[in-house]
Amino acid sequence: MATDLTEAASRPAPISDSLSGGTLPRWAPLGCIAGSLLLAYLLAVFTAVSGTAGTLLVAAVLYAVIQSGWSFSVEGRRHAKDRLATTLIYSSFVVAFIPLVAVLTTVVIKGLKALNPIFLTHSMRNIDVALPGGGVYHAIIGTIEQVGLAAVLGIPVGVMVAIYLVEYGARGLLARAISFFVDVMTGVPSIVAGLFVYTGFVLTLGYERSGVAGSLALAILMIPVVVRSTEEMLKLVATDLRESSYALGVPKYRTILRIVIPTALGGIITGALLAVARVAGETAPLLLTTFLSQSINTNPFTGPQASIPVFIWDQIASGTDASIDRAWAGAMTLILLIMVLNIVARLVARLTRVK
Amino acid sequence: MSTTSAVEPGPGVEPGPGAVAAAIHGSAVRRGDLWFRRLSAGSGVFVLVLMAAIAVFLVWRAVPALRANTVNFLTYQQWFPDDPAGAKFGIAALAFGTVVSAVLAMLMAVPVGYGIALFIAQYAPRRIAAMLGYIVDLLAAVPSIIFGLWGLAFLMPRSEDFMIWLNDHLGFIPIFKNTIGLYGKSIMLASIVLAIMILPTVSAISREVFKQVPTAHIEAALALGATRWEMVRTAVLPFGRPGMISAAMLGLGRALGETIAVALLLSAVFSINPHLTEPGGNTFAANIALRWNEAGTVGLGALIAAGLVLFVITLVVNMIARIIIERRRDFSGAN
Repeated sequence: MATDLTEAASRPAPISDSLSGGTLPRWAPLGCIAGSLLLAYLLAVFTAVSGTAGTLLVAAVLYAVIQSGWSFSVEGRRHAKDRLATTLIYSSFVVAFIPLVAVLTTVVIKGLKALNPIFLTHSMRNIDVALPGGGVYHAIIGTIEQVGLAAVLGIPVGVMVAIYLVEYGARGLLARAISFFVDVMTGVPSIVAGLFVYTGFVLTLGYERSGVAGSLALAILMIPVVVRSTEEMLKLVATDLRESSYALGVPKYRTILRIVIPTALGGIITGALLAVARVAGETAPLLLTTFLSQSINTNPFTGPQASIPVFIWDQIASGTDASIDRAWAGAMTLILLIMVLNIVARLVARLTRVK
Repeated sequence: MSTTSAVEPGPGVEPGPGAVAAAIHGSAVRRGDLWFRRLSAGSGVFVLVLMAAIAVFLVWRAVPALRANTVNFLTYQQWFPDDPAGAKFGIAALAFGTVVSAVLAMLMAVPVGYGIALFIAQYAPRRIAAMLGYIVDLLAAVPSIIFGLWGLAFLMPRSEDFMIWLNDHLGFIPIFKNTIGLYGKSIMLASIVLAIMILPTVSAISREVFKQVPTAHIEAALALGATRWEMVRTAVLPFGRPGMISAAMLGLGRALGETIAVALLLSAVFSINPHLTEPGGNTFAANIALRWNEAGTVGLGALIAAGLVLFVITLVVNMIARIIIERRRDFSGAN
């Protein structure tokens, strides 16, 4: 120690540290990752921590501790905090990524077991739930019809509400109230929508449980989503465009129908498709309103009608090995349907983007 | 016409001096305008009527069952609405399960959700930020029944070790204690899956507010020599606080109303059990889905009454969340 001090005193004081303090080398994060992984591996070998997940968790904690400690000793408290925060923020993104990957891979691995052409083209009529066989065909028909009807009912209402909010409402009291309740409506639990349709449509008006009852519930869930997305798109249409149209003497409603809507059409379609994708996976309201069905019913207006989510629910409830396989295959079908809707929506958005 | 159409044309608008064009087909145009305006305003009013109708119909259909109930609806824990000896049903156990699972899910999802939002809005390179946001949104596109199925098949067996660990090391806290040594479908399991499901909600809304932070604030903080975390703490978080609170509450609202995943992941037991890793638990929504097809006349009414309570709770949570974020919109001038 003493020699160090005398040596330091004999040399002229370094000037370089006047503007910046000590910093960790650029390879510090990578080095810490490697070091903590190695340490965690050794810990796993020599102690009770077991499994890949446990080891990785230990490694993550070690990484945070080692890097912060090192940074604290070299760079000081502020930079140590900064590095710790960065670690936490990056890892929270990884945490979100894990379940997404886990869900999708589980669905694909388990879903492929029973997913075959027969599954896609046959119903569950006269099929013993305990035995393999049967399929999701009746449910695919039901889902397409119910969701299609819901789109026909819900999208025009949603678009008209958005037109009112953007083009007519200004910031009046009515528009503010509508806007507020549209937001609140996005938070209405889907099962409450199902209950409402059941009490109103089935109990009060006396209709039977059918596909269309399910569509009504899905439409209620779609409306606020469509309103919000359409509103955003209409707001993006330049005011100049509207005013040019008015200046040419075009009435307001024609301006909206011929100028504003066509300009925003791509975005409106994207929003509507995303809303459709959103309700296509709803189970709870359909369980209450469409009832279960094992056979093909192409008429959504009479009698119980199946749908893919309710099909999955039913197969899980049956609880046999064969029915669980069918549930996974149904889940795979549903995911594929929703993915297709999502991809089409993004494609529409990309193709119609204003340049 | 040009002046009158730029202003909203109403029924009382007289044709102005420049209404030559209007004179040609004036009344037809004005009628078209009028009807289109009425149609769009009518759609808007329809949304308000719909919300009111939901409340009215649920109350109307719930009241007979509530009248027939022979025990206290709020404090009774069991559910025997179709008992021939007299309907007995109460929401105490349902309310406990609903609130505890949703709050727990919120506590787990909110810190991670904020982290994701900060990562996408402030940390990730601009070029890939939008794509990363899209990946998180994909999580919202997965239907709840698939989360339920996944929770049963994948998470339940894998989370048992974690819950045993909780019992062994944090067992002095009642909610982590497992007195019977049995694990499986429990409130804790349901909360973990709920947390995953509300993650995209929390992160999407807080991401929006974090993106609105004025660049001047961020650059000012950095110019004063702040580290990136200090910049976040002094510029981004204070600006985004109302949005962050709203995001947490909207996530809570979603967790409260989530049905199918929870119905699959709870054992549907009608009792209040503070040991959350033990099999048990039940929620409003799950109870409705599970009991619906076996319910009699009073049973349906009782489930509708439970749905009404759920509707009111989520309505209040959502309205508070919206009011908080609305206030921010008025004050910030960021839009």
